[in-house]
Amino acid sequence: MSEALLKVRGLTKHFAVRQGATGAKASVRAVDGLDFDVHAGETLGLVGESGCGKTTTGRMLVRLLEPTAGSIEFQGRDITTLGRRAMRPLRQDLQIIFQDPYSSLNPRHTVGKIVAMPLEVNGIKPAGGVKARVQELLELVGLNPEHYNRFPHEFSGGQRQRIGIARALALRPKLIVADEPVSALDVSIQAQVVNLLRELQRELDLAFVFIAHDLAIVRHFSRRVAVMYLGKVVEIGDRADIYERPRHPYTKALLSAVPDVTAFGEQRQRIRLTGDVPTPLNPPSGCRFRTRCWKAQDVCAAEEPPLIAREGSAQQVACHFPEAVGVTSEHVSEVAA
Amino acid sequence: MSLSQIETDAAGVDATAVPVAPQPGMVGRSPGRLAWARLRANRTAMVSGWIMVFFIVLGLAAPLIELVYGISPFEQFQDKIANNSLPLGYFGGVSGEHWFGLEPQLGRDIFIRLVYGLRTSLFIATSAALLTTALGIVLGIVSGYLGGWIDGVISWVIDFALALPFLIFALAIMPTVTARFYGPRDEIPVPFRIGVMIFLFALFGWTGTARLVRGQVISLREREFVEAARASGAGLFHILFRQLLPNLWAPILVSFSLAVPGYITGEAALSFLGIGVVDPTPDFGVMINKSLSYAQTDPAYLIFPGVVIFLLVLAFNLFGDGLRDALDPKSSR
Amino acid sequence: MLRFLIKRLLLGALTMFAVSLVAFGMFFMLPRDAVATMCVKNCNPERLERVRVELGLKDPLVDQYTGYMKGIFVGRDLGSAQGGFCDAPCLGYSYTSSEEVSDIFARVLPVTLSIVIPAAVLWLGLGIGLGMVSALRRGTVFDRLAIGFSLTGASMQLYFVGGMLMIIFVYTLKILPVPHYTSLWDDPLDWASGLVLAWVALAFLFSAVYARLSRAQMLETLAEDFVRTARAKGLTKSRAYGRHALRAAITPIVTIAGLDIGGALGGTVITETTFGIQGLGRTAVEAVRLGDLPTIMATVLISAVFIVVANIVVDLLYAVIDPRVRLG
Repeated sequence: MSEALLKVRGLTKHFAVRQGATGAKASVRAVDGLDFDVHAGETLGLVGESGCGKTTTGRMLVRLLEPTAGSIEFQGRDITTLGRRAMRPLRQDLQIIFQDPYSSLNPRHTVGKIVAMPLEVNGIKPAGGVKARVQELLELVGLNPEHYNRFPHEFSGGQRQRIGIARALALRPKLIVADEPVSALDVSIQAQVVNLLRELQRELDLAFVFIAHDLAIVRHFSRRVAVMYLGKVVEIGDRADIYERPRHPYTKALLSAVPDVTAFGEQRQRIRLTGDVPTPLNPPSGCRFRTRCWKAQDVCAAEEPPLIAREGSAQQVACHFPEAVGVTSEHVSEVAA
Repeated sequence: MSLSQIETDAAGVDATAVPVAPQPGMVGRSPGRLAWARLRANRTAMVSGWIMVFFIVLGLAAPLIELVYGISPFEQFQDKIANNSLPLGYFGGVSGEHWFGLEPQLGRDIFIRLVYGLRTSLFIATSAALLTTALGIVLGIVSGYLGGWIDGVISWVIDFALALPFLIFALAIMPTVTARFYGPRDEIPVPFRIGVMIFLFALFGWTGTARLVRGQVISLREREFVEAARASGAGLFHILFRQLLPNLWAPILVSFSLAVPGYITGEAALSFLGIGVVDPTPDFGVMINKSLSYAQTDPAYLIFPGVVIFLLVLAFNLFGDGLRDALDPKSSR
Repeated sequence: MLRFLIKRLLLGALTMFAVSLVAFGMFFMLPRDAVATMCVKNCNPERLERVRVELGLKDPLVDQYTGYMKGIFVGRDLGSAQGGFCDAPCLGYSYTSSEEVSDIFARVLPVTLSIVIPAAVLWLGLGIGLGMVSALRRGTVFDRLAIGFSLTGASMQLYFVGGMLMIIFVYTLKILPVPHYTSLWDDPLDWASGLVLAWVALAFLFSAVYARLSRAQMLETLAEDFVRTARAKGLTKSRAYGRHALRAAITPIVTIAGLDIGGALGGTVITETTFGIQGLGRTAVEAVRLGDLPTIMATVLISAVFIVVANIVVDLLYAVIDPRVRLG
């Protein structure tokens, strides 16, 4: 495979907070050492529960947040510490779609102005004029190009998300970070927007980092999937491996919670995770999942499992006791009981 | 219709792509136009708005009115003043020639002096409101968006200025500033006095707008459209003035429209206390101050300027309230 | 709570220090020539120069400031030209009457307090009461009248209201004497009848704001779930509204009251001038006219003390009403 478009190594974000009566400084370890690659034209799905650091990761990729440590390499160039001006040409290749279609569009700007904003900011004058380019973009995302002069409040949630997509496309990016692009939409609309993204990917040869908590949507959209837990990737691999042969107990638990219509009528066991997600202020030692894991042993507390490919499968797993390949639900029922 | 029919329909027509209102009028109704429509529907606001406009036109056209009315604000009608220095006739000398009567002692025409007083008052109040609003916007945006120590300093100054008694500071500053530029026996020109007054209002008045704008900016800066602009490489200027400012016009407009009557009141109060505009210049505050000594003998002298300034302030206040309701329908009660 | 109090006191002290610096800077640095400004007769350059030295205006500014502040806390000797030793709290001698400024204030402060305190009680009671009742009777004639009253009051000028009150009650109906001040301890009835118009004028204007605010607050609170729950669980109307709603509605009103003290002080200046009562405000206006810097400076400082102390009291009240504040 060719050189990766985006290369993330050891990406870390700690937020400084003050806590307690003394106002002592502490840090929330929102993202703690991520490694992954995204190749041109492919989609990497980033899944995990809320609070696991996936949104923070997305924000860092487009440099809306400054990483505490680690590096982000885009098109072979380290962009981790580039200033705003140096970053500009790269921004055109690296865009973001936001979660909330209501707060992501400026309510006082017309649709035309919103979609043209990236062009204006970067001083780009398209060949046929800004208006023609904006209308082309609106058409591309399935909106009526005549709605150029309308305001966001005149559109539905799904349409607003399309406007946000058109804005992200304005600079002809190579990679788009989609931060939960459909989770704020009605279920009936979600599929349409995901389908739109897929079509755009095919037509424009886009790469995506697709952030979601909904495993079903990620499965539809992503070629490769990374599962995050408490600021760390616990398992990463091809879609088929992750969904059909999960090896990390956490991935397995997540998947067991997804309703599966094809298994209708069958006896299925859900893995119910007990306890809450630990606070990232003071994450558990060793493996972070051990406090909720049914397989946890002493070594899990002492030693942090590295994210590596283990025998029997292609995906990388960070677990001392990965699930055996092709394991069935016996294990699971034991736990649930 | 069969089930499969529905499916193909749904597949063919993408629901989200259908416009809300598919009529050809393609210019959207902006939030501003919607607010305007709401304002038009508010009868109190419209009536007070027209009264406001009437007063403004009256003030602007003062020299024209003088021409038509035929009496200057400085002309003295001593022949219509009795020996006890009160104007002859009923209710302070009201007549077809002198619509609001005459001042006791000097015998100047009250109507034309009120028209010119309106001009003074509106000029000072509007300039002060413009200046304070501009200052408040800039400092509020800077403080709210940048945060950190800049915000800390500006917020402290705002709290500090709010803790100062305006009128007493104004009382104190006026003579000291004057003493800086003029000797004790110099004649102090009217424009200088007006300038110091506007400066005083600006010094104390920007805090209100700044506080308001700061709060708004803090709530706006977390919105994703600001992040979208940053992700496209937008600089600080673009974010502050192209993205944030259009969302601030509503509260700014409201605070401006309510600041004007505040400064009308403030200007009259300063002049009433003798530290603003002084006598030969027509002014509400000066007039009322002088009229108090005639309250027993010539109540009309107090009532005319008092009622005019009340109506002026009331019209501005009611219009400002209406504007707020129109711009922020949730706040209406 | 104690920590909160200490923090608040420190902040108040800091504000006072800043005010004193600003005031001092303004009065003793700004005028081109304070001595020439206040000199009324025999102003030959030689005499002016002597006065400047006597007043310490030739000393370095820091010395002037520390001297002034020292005077307030322990008193200081101002030299025979100014009247000798001046006891703490020393605010200097009036340039115009050669009286100790602190003596002037001891004389006029009771007058101003006699105006402000009863007026404040009146406007808070009237304003909040009116607002609450009109919120509970929303849409009735009473409510409409209350709204009209608050709109009128908010647009009225103090001196106009004062003048009209005098025309009506003193000159036309002749049921009240011309406004004046008598000590409360000498003759309470005369004290009240001499000041009642000032109270009414102030209360009319200031209660308007409170009526409006408390009405809006009350309406908002009444719509909240916890009040509905209180009603639903069987509390009587008066209990639910009185105990649950009132407490929630009063909090922001307390804040505004704290911010309003500056306005009220300004209000007394106008009131005293309108009714010709010699209190703090009128003294300040006269001092300004005569260029009596020590008196003006002292007025500013005393008003600032008022405001800072009142704000601390308000914050404490706030902390009592709303427990969340204590943590902040």
